[in-house]
Amino acid sequence: MSNGAAVAHDAHHNPNLAHHFETMEQQTEASILGMWVFLVTEILFFGGALMAYMVYRSWYPEAFALASSHIAILPGAINTGVLILSSLTMALAVHAAQTGERTKIMFFIVVTMILGAAFLGIKAYEYYEKYEEHFVPGLGLDFIFPEPEYQQTAQIFFSIYFVLTGLHALHMIVGLGIMTWMFIWVKNGTITKDYFAPIEISGLYWHFVDIVWIFLFPLLYLIGRHVHHV
Amino acid sequence: MSEDSIHHIVPKSTYYLIFCALIAGTALTWWVATIDLGPMNNVIMLTLAVTKATLVVLFFMHVKYSNHLTWAVILGAIFWLLIMLGLTMNDYVTRGWLHYG
Repeated sequence: MSNGAAVAHDAHHNPNLAHHFETMEQQTEASILGMWVFLVTEILFFGGALMAYMVYRSWYPEAFALASSHIAILPGAINTGVLILSSLTMALAVHAAQTGERTKIMFFIVVTMILGAAFLGIKAYEYYEKYEEHFVPGLGLDFIFPEPEYQQTAQIFFSIYFVLTGLHALHMIVGLGIMTWMFIWVKNGTITKDYFAPIEISGLYWHFVDIVWIFLFPLLYLIGRHVHHV
Repeated sequence: MSEDSIHHIVPKSTYYLIFCALIAGTALTWWVATIDLGPMNNVIMLTLAVTKATLVVLFFMHVKYSNHLTWAVILGAIFWLLIMLGLTMNDYVTRGWLHYG
């Protein structure tokens, strides 16, 4: 770093260009690829939980359909809309980053965060509802299912419900943390028109969490509606 | 190719269109779930979910404009996910097919 060549190198290039990359474009592509490799591990991580869902649902299809039909659809549907809208505002934040409109990036990051927080608020309300209805298995609480013959198997459904939605909510909380970090980076000038890869890859993470919910909504809320009208 | 993908800016109108398609897909999923179609309920529900996820990946996540390496990584993930889900279910679903003794 201290020799003359390195100093000349630094003077010619964007200060955000790491030494092991030739160009900013190459660096951005590497960041995007790196984020995707991380998302692959996430796909297989949620895939494992989904695997448990598939096996138990194939064993106890009636219990799953019945237990699912006890979950109110409306809050889940609203949350699906909230997340899709937050993905739109995230995409618009990345768009603003590509065109170098700083105020707009900050605006859309804040809107995305508000929508993310709204999702978590609605989710918390739903968890409270489950608590009131005695649909929380474990934790020393009384699990009481309206149809006693499914008392045991319905607990499996709700255990999987809490694991999947809980892991998803945890990812949302992490996403809010990332967005806070990105907001600070835009505000303090770290993010520029030539260096917006952090916004882009944070967006990839946010959209991924949206995709997980796109699968969770039908699989948890909607599988029993055509047979049970609770 | 790589410079094109980095500098490709997706027009806002595309994002609005995808947003509308995703909301419509959600409404359709909800509506279909209330009609009894037997096993087809699952098929339609998952087809809609996969379609929505594909739209998010291609447009919101810019994969339509990404390089081949990114495509390979994503297709690899889907492939391994299907191996896990497919081969495991292959075991559980077929266990009842054999009768011993």
